[in-house]
Order: sequence, then C-alpha cells, then structure tokens
Amino acid sequence: MGRKLIFFLPVLVFIVLGGYFFWGLDPERDPSNIPSVMIDKEVPEFDLARLDGSGVIGFDNEDLKQGTVTLVNAFASWCLPCLAEHPILTELAKRNGIRLYGINYKDKPKDAARWLREHGNPYARIGADNTGRVSIDWGVYGVPETYIVDGEGRIRYRHIGPIDQAATQEIILPLIKELSK
Amino acid sequence: MSAELGQFALILALLLSVVQSSLPMIGAARGNATWIAIAQPSALLLFGLTILAFGALTQAFMVSDFSLAVVYQNSHSAKPMLYKITGVWGNHEGSMLLWIVILTGFGAAVAAFGQNLPPTLRARVLSVQAMITLGFLAFLIFTSNPFDRIFPAPLDGRDLNPLLQDPGLAFHPPMLYAGYVGFSIAFSFAVAALIEGKVDAAWARWVRPWTLAAWITLTAGIALGSWWAYYELGWGGWWFWDPVENVSFMPWLMGTALLHSAIVVEKRDSLKVWTILLAILTFSLSLIGTFVVRSGLLTSVHAFAVDPERGLFILVLLAIAIGGSLLLFALRAPTLTPGGLFSPISREGGLVLNNLLLTVATSVVFVGTLGPLLLEAAGTKISVGTPYYNAVFLPLMVPLVAVMAVGPLLPWKRAELGAVLSRLKFAGLLTVIAMLATAYLVEGGPVLAVAAIGFAVWLFVGSLIEWGERIKLFRAPLGDSFRRMTKLPRSAHGMTLAHVGMAVTIVGMTGSAAWQVEDIRIARPGDNIEVAGYNYFFESMKPVQGPNYQAEQGNFVVTRDGEFVARLTPQKRVYMVQNMPTTEAAIHTNGMRDLYMAVGDSDGRGGWTIRIYHEPLVPWIWAGCIIMVIGGTFSLSDRRLRVGAPVRSKRWQAKTGTGQAGAKA
Repeated sequence: MGRKLIFFLPVLVFIVLGGYFFWGLDPERDPSNIPSVMIDKEVPEFDLARLDGSGVIGFDNEDLKQGTVTLVNAFASWCLPCLAEHPILTELAKRNGIRLYGINYKDKPKDAARWLREHGNPYARIGADNTGRVSIDWGVYGVPETYIVDGEGRIRYRHIGPIDQAATQEIILPLIKELSK
Repeated sequence: MSAELGQFALILALLLSVVQSSLPMIGAARGNATWIAIAQPSALLLFGLTILAFGALTQAFMVSDFSLAVVYQNSHSAKPMLYKITGVWGNHEGSMLLWIVILTGFGAAVAAFGQNLPPTLRARVLSVQAMITLGFLAFLIFTSNPFDRIFPAPLDGRDLNPLLQDPGLAFHPPMLYAGYVGFSIAFSFAVAALIEGKVDAAWARWVRPWTLAAWITLTAGIALGSWWAYYELGWGGWWFWDPVENVSFMPWLMGTALLHSAIVVEKRDSLKVWTILLAILTFSLSLIGTFVVRSGLLTSVHAFAVDPERGLFILVLLAIAIGGSLLLFALRAPTLTPGGLFSPISREGGLVLNNLLLTVATSVVFVGTLGPLLLEAAGTKISVGTPYYNAVFLPLMVPLVAVMAVGPLLPWKRAELGAVLSRLKFAGLLTVIAMLATAYLVEGGPVLAVAAIGFAVWLFVGSLIEWGERIKLFRAPLGDSFRRMTKLPRSAHGMTLAHVGMAVTIVGMTGSAAWQVEDIRIARPGDNIEVAGYNYFFESMKPVQGPNYQAEQGNFVVTRDGEFVARLTPQKRVYMVQNMPTTEAAIHTNGMRDLYMAVGDSDGRGGWTIRIYHEPLVPWIWAGCIIMVIGGTFSLSDRRLRVGAPVRSKRWQAKTGTGQAGAKA
C-alpha cells in the first residue's frame, strides 16, 4: 500500500499547485500593482547602520523628519535596473541638489562598496539593510524602488522599478518642488 | 473572405479533433480495426486544416486587413513586410494558432512516419494528441478568436510592439513552440503506454527521436531568445531569470533528463515508471509555461495581454491534461513490471545521477519562479532574483558537469570507477593546467570562475577522450581510426558534440558572469571613454529616419592602442505609432569578446547616457548552443532510420552487415 501511495504523490502536488493557480487568477489581483498602504503614512521606525566602505553614514527614521524633502532609493549591486537609474539619480542629487538617501537592499557590503566606487556614489547617506528587514517595513517589493519622503517624515510617493526621465520630469521633480515650499 | 475560410477551417478542425480523440481510442480498446484506422488520415487532415487557418491569418496580415481585430491591434501598413509576417505570431491569438499548427504538425508526423508502430499504440497516441488539440482549439475559438472582425474597419493599425520588431523574433517563437509542443508527443506516448499497460525497450525507441527533436528546437529557441534579449534589451546581459525565460528553461531541463532516462529504458529495460513520469512532467511544464505567460499570473518583461478569463480556461485545460495524466499514472504505473537492478557505479547509475540532478535543478527554478506566487497567497510579496539562482542553481551544475565527462565512459551494468578515472588522467591534467593558466591570465578574478573554466575543460577533454577511444585515435593507424569514425553510429558523434557544446557554452557563461566590464556614464560628443583597454571616441549624435521609427544614432570610433578596431552606431529609437522607445545596441565581435554599447536618455544639456560593456567570451554561449543543436541533429539523423522500426531495422542490418553500428549509442 505504501508503495502505491507514492504514485499518487505527483497528482496530489499538482492539485495543491492548481489551487494556488486558481487563487492567483483573481481579477482583483494585479501582480504588478503593489499595495501602497504606506502612502501618506509616516516612515516606519528603523535605524540603519552605515554601509562599510561607502564613506557615508547611515540613517534612521528621525533623520527623515528634519524638514527637508528626501528621496529614498532602495538599491543593490546585483540589480541591473538599479544601474539603469543610477545616472538619473546621480543627476538628481548633483544637478538638482535633491537630498538622496540609499537603502542598500540584501547586498554584500563589499559588493555594494565596489559598485559605488565603480559607478559613483550619489547618496548623501546609505543604510545597509543586509537582511531586508527594514525594507519589508517600508513595503519594498523589489529593487529598485524610490520613495519621496516629506519634511515631516511621511512617505508621499512611491516609484516601483527604475525611474526614467519621464517619471523624473513629470512626477518626481514637480512633487519635490511642491513639498519643499 | 479568406478570414472566413480560416474561421471555417478552425471549426472543422475542432469537430475533427473530437472524432480523432474518441473513436480511435475506443476502437483500440475494443479491437475495432476500422475505428483504429481513422486516426491516421484524421491526423493528417487536422494538420491541413490548421495550416489553412494559419495561411488565412498570414494573408490578412500581409495585405493589412484591418477589419480583423488582431491585425488592427498588432500591425501597421507602414511596417516592413518581414514584420507584418512575424506579427502573425507576435500576439496572443496568432501565437496560439501557431502553437496549434505545430501540435497538429507533430501529430501528422506520427501518422506519416509511424508506419511501424503497432496500430493500437499509434491510434492511442494520435487520440491523446487530438485531445490536447481539442482543448487548445476550443480555447482559441471561444476565448481568443484570431478571426474576430471589427466594424467599421479602421484606416490603419496600432502597430506591433517595437521590441518585437526584430529579426531574432521572427524565429524565436516558432522554435520555442516547436520545442514545447514537441514534448507533447512524448506525453501522448506516455499516456498511451499507461492505457496500454506496456512499456518496453521498443516504446523507448519510438519516443526518443521525438523527444530529441523537441529538445533540439527548444535548445535553439532558448538560445535565440537569450540572444535577442542580449542585443535588443540593451543591458549587456543574456539571461535574467525572468519568469518567461524560466518557464522555457524548465521543460528544457526536464526534457534533457527524459532524453537520458529513455536511453536506460531502451538499453536496459529499467527506469520505466520514472521515464513515463518524466514524459508527463516535461510536457506539463510546457503547459504551465503557456499558462503563466498568458494568464497574468506573474509579472514579466514580455508577458502577453492579461486576461483572467483566458487564464481560467487554460487552468481548466491544465487540470484535465496534467491532473488527468498524473491520476492515470497513479492508477496504472504500479502495474508496470519493474525493470532490472544495476549497481550504482555503472552507465545506468550515471544516468540516474544525471536525472536526479536535473530534476532537482528543475525544482529549484520552479520554486524560484512560482514561489513568490505561493508566498503571496500566504500574505507576503517577495521577488526572487539572480542571487537565489547563483546560490542554489549553480552548485547543482557543478556535480552535473563533473559527472558528464565520466558517464559516457562507464560500461553498462557494473563499472570500476578507478579504471574509468584513470582513462581521464589526461583530462584531469589539462583541467589543472587550464585553471592555472586562467588564474594567471586574469589575476584576481573570482575563484569560482577559475573553477568553472576548469570544469568546462574537464568536460570538453573528457568527451573528446571518450570519442577518441571509440575510434582508437592514436592507438591504431590514422586510416584505421578514420574508418572507425565513419562506422561509428551518428548518435555517438551526436552525444560527443552535444557535450562538447555544453562545455563551450559554460566557458561563455563564465566569461560573461565573471569578467564583464561595464561603464555607464553621461558623455558628450567629443568625449573619450576608456573601457577594458579599448578607447571609445564619441564622435556625434545624429538623427536617423527609419521606415516606421525615428532614431538618434550615436557614432563611436573604437580604437585599441591607437589602432582602429570598429565603428559602433548604437541607436535609440522611437516607434512613431506606439510612441515607444527602444534601444538598438551596437555590438562588435571577434569571437573571443564582444564590444557592446547602447545609448540611453539625453540629459538635456548635450550629454547622453552611454552604456559600454566589455563582454569577454560571450559569443561562445551561442556557439556552444549551435554545437549542441548540431549534435542533436546528428543523433536524430541516425535514429531516423529506425524510428519506430525495430523489426525492420534488424532485418536491414542483417542484410547490409552493419548490425553493430545500430546497436550502440
């Protein structure tokens, strides 16, 4: 009997899988639309240590309540799209003088430091989130993700995926300008 | 008018597939020869009807008949003719029709070339094949009819997604589908065998060529897809572990396992139950792939239009096909007679290890691809990226490649590992030399890369040693060796080629993963950029006008130590109709490395984002794939003589006196 049961294993596994598939088909569910429960809420409490070798210090939630609008960007050295938005972020920080903080997501400090050395470091501060724990509290779904945090430390905008020129010109810059008034 | 012709052909095909999926099956059970005989002509006719429908749709695309919804949505009168035709399968409806054409094509091939199959087995195989066809035809006609009209007809179309307007895409989907769908034959054979209750060496001999054909086209399809991603997406990468890539990779891994386990069934009449299960799972993974891509279940860079209703339909199809066949397996497999035992150190043992590793590797990819969905149901959203696959998938490949060189040298039944390894002494020596040379040449690269090069050399030399021993190279006079080489069965050459191709691909992958140099920066015309010893001079940025797009073209002159190397002209295109930008990377290759560049956005102050990648050894990835495909084809051309013809081939061998050649592989 025990031997016979083994033969039923594949079909049982498939039934469970099929159940998940059925659940996944819910038209209400859009895998690319990530719940934005954090919008207009205060940033979660956290304290991120500095990223070794980056040359800048880390930050915590109090640092985001100092009256200045901050662009917080989650990145990782292993993430290709992060490299794609890197020149744009650099430009925002260097040319537009926007305060840019980075959350280094699930990365090895050595790799991240080397990545920053190779491509340049546009971040004024970088917090190392090696375990991804803090990013989960922020609601980070994957890297890259970019948040606009107002002077009181509230998340006002969230961008999923690499930011491009269009998003910069049409959403990010106008919003930062408005929030900075 | 021709659209209606296509529509009628589809409906007729649907009705015919109802007949073909029922009568021959019942006939085979009752021994009714007339009903059994229906299967063959029906399979041929079914193929003819789907071809007719496909032809009608192609014609509508060629003449830009915008009264068809699918043409309107995916074509444009100004599009070049090549892309009008490839546009036929550059959308959900058309690609589904192509899928069905290939499905019925394989059925027709079994009907045409399977003259030597026992009539009941052939009838059952074709019947199962018709059931799959029936399901997909119903899906096509009822949820995604390619011949839907719109009235009044619009003046012009909305154009094809610009990313898809590329010659690489012309051949990628047909190849990929041929691979996916080709495994349906192995599936049908497995289900038919379960119904028949008989799996033997002859069964494996009938299944193997079909599996091999599917494997060859899938290999080519995946290689084309990754090549397309490499030069069209502009990121210098060739594999992104994207869900859509993964769902094509899983049937490949599983199909590779099936290919090897079927050898054991054929030669040793063992591993039968396992092989049946692999055949079912391989095609199931192809079906799940189709489902994932078309249902919006997972996000991906190249998913089709999302439609939950269609998703539900495919899910029901999946439940019937996969659930039904696995249930049949659960009920019937225990009744199959188990095969002989063998010692762990033997050819069979090596093949079992191969199967084990490939199956685990498939599960790893499966978990990485669908794991996020399962976790999301539990309330957490995660994304799985390259680090996961590097950490879990790569360690599985190490023993696989190590054993790949040893396996073919092992005799059947029982082997002495020591004796076999001593035959590989030379390969071991070359491996060490290659690793030392690599470490010396690249100084300071990752240790893993050095090891990977070592494994590739081990596999390369090991495969050649096995081949050399079989033709007694350097042991017998050269003429004698040459004579042996021509006498060696083609499948033996094929195996050596496929394994060598794998080694070449590994070298390419390693080079790209470990020693790629990238430089991304904002540059202005007149700037010089130095990357990996090459100097890129940014000459100018000029507008260029294409047939249906406008482009900004960067002109770069690449020099090395002052010597001219190449002129590179990467473009950033905007396709007018969809107003969508795409990157056209410029690549210069010399076989050992690629110089790869792409231009990005302008900073509005005269500067442009320039991405330069120095890609050592990358061309080897595709060179290796080509060698694998050639190897598979070689092996297939050998088998063609005895496809489903074990009896006749014996007689044929006796007559011509080449009996030994056909028996080894």
